[in-house]
Amino acid sequence: MKLAAAVLLIFTLVAFAAPAIAPYDPRATPQSETQKNLAPTASHPFGTDQFSRDVLSRVIYGARVSLGVATLAVLLALTLGAAVGSLAGYAGGWTDSICMRLVDAMLSVPRVLLLLVLVATTGPLTVPGIILLLGLTGWATTSRLIRAEVRQLKERDFVLASRATGTPEWRVFVTHVLPGIIPQILVSATIALATVIPLEAGLSFLGLGVQPPTASWGNIISDAAERPGDAWWVVLFPGLAIVCTVLAVNTIGERLRIQFDARSAARTARRDPIS
Amino acid sequence: MMEDRGPTAEGRGPITLVSVAHLTHEFPARRSLFGAQHAAKVAVNDVSFDIARGETLALVGESGSGKTTTGRAILRLIEPTSGRVTFDGTDVLALEREPLRRLRRRMQIVFQDPHTSLDPRMRVGRTVREGIEAHQLAEGAEADARVARALEEVGLRASDATKLPHEFSGGQRQRIAIARALAVEPEFIVLDEAVSALDVIVQAEVLALLVKLQRDRGLTYLFIAHNLAVVEQIATRVAVMYFGRIVELADAKTLYASPQHGYTQALLSAVPVPDPRVRKQRLKWNTTGS
Repeated sequence: MKLAAAVLLIFTLVAFAAPAIAPYDPRATPQSETQKNLAPTASHPFGTDQFSRDVLSRVIYGARVSLGVATLAVLLALTLGAAVGSLAGYAGGWTDSICMRLVDAMLSVPRVLLLLVLVATTGPLTVPGIILLLGLTGWATTSRLIRAEVRQLKERDFVLASRATGTPEWRVFVTHVLPGIIPQILVSATIALATVIPLEAGLSFLGLGVQPPTASWGNIISDAAERPGDAWWVVLFPGLAIVCTVLAVNTIGERLRIQFDARSAARTARRDPIS
Repeated sequence: MMEDRGPTAEGRGPITLVSVAHLTHEFPARRSLFGAQHAAKVAVNDVSFDIARGETLALVGESGSGKTTTGRAILRLIEPTSGRVTFDGTDVLALEREPLRRLRRRMQIVFQDPHTSLDPRMRVGRTVREGIEAHQLAEGAEADARVARALEEVGLRASDATKLPHEFSGGQRQRIAIARALAVEPEFIVLDEAVSALDVIVQAEVLALLVKLQRDRGLTYLFIAHNLAVVEQIATRVAVMYFGRIVELADAKTLYASPQHGYTQALLSAVPVPDPRVRKQRLKWNTTGS
């Protein structure tokens, strides 16, 4: 857990401080043939790629793009998911039915396939475009989780009690239900983040995501994909960055989930002897 | 939404505050995944009674008899299937959302379990203040003063407002719930098993508090309970519910002295009686009951 948090913290700092840390310009392509596909050395710790660019600098700048895209896409997806889930769960009835059929429809198509089809129709996307695309396709799972939580919360006595005092419905929701779904939103955030990072990398690897020469972890790998045996360092380091980030996010997510589960279990236990 | 038909007089006496007529509530039939049909459950079946201003009507019955559903339907916390509820001449079931919300200042509820009826994340002061703000009864320092007064009136300290519910015992929490109800200065309170979750001594204290509040403020209570012993100390009249119906409704004194319905007799015989001669008497009633 501490290690996972440290990994994420370091990657985040690296992303923010990229210009200060990176030893070279990630886009600089010295024409010198001697700089091409260099194995890791002291001056190029991660080696160089086929365009003579420093891989370490590209991984550092790639953190910026990959983590930035993932974070913003997750924020968008969570906002949408929380909104749809809350609406469906709290309103119930036909509103709920319509929202959930929409979610079923979204989830019936594998997300990768959906993304590929969408990118195929739009053509290569800008970075904001990718964020939008990943965000708009990622809210369905979250909305389901949030809906379940809201449905459970809205039957609680203290929600009923608040309504009974004459508190307007929107305020009942904001003051009593919304704080209760925050743990679920945090857990959802980790799940969504751990899904979106490899998705973005995959799209970029296929050349459908972040467009070169802008570096993202996915498209750095694709630069060496044709002959991975020749320049293993170009594949290994960005690959490790992706794996470490996803593992760290998952570890933190798991920990959060266990903690919230334990807390709600304790709450249920306290309630039992009376009812 | 039902149309707002406005206040109706119905020709009832001016002392009637709450009137319930032919109230029925069915929990809808549900078909399970493999086709097994669960019949609709009639929780409340054609229930009628009036509550006079200032009195306490006790609604007694075992769990599942429809008492809680009746109480909640009167406040429209659930929508009853059919029937009529009038509060001070206003047709409660016909009200639109906003007039209903405003009417809720005058009719309040205290729930059975103070561990679940208080938001665990919310400070006590804010909980009590919620109704004051919802009905714009006061703002700022004046609202604080009202919260303090409500807390003191139920035997807590004004400084308790800054604490969280988990810092209190069950009895104290129930006092907080009562303070929340009182803060909007209601005329009518549904006490939904309000003392059932408390141990005997605390129960007696809270009952005494409720009696005092009623005397001081001229409150009207619908006191829901499953235990006739508790009811005896507070009720003016008692209605006995059994499987969704009211099987007996009488003055408390009359009911305790000569219960008419066999079920009432059975309930009474379940009340622990310290005097062995009386106990013998009651057991005899039970066996000869219809």
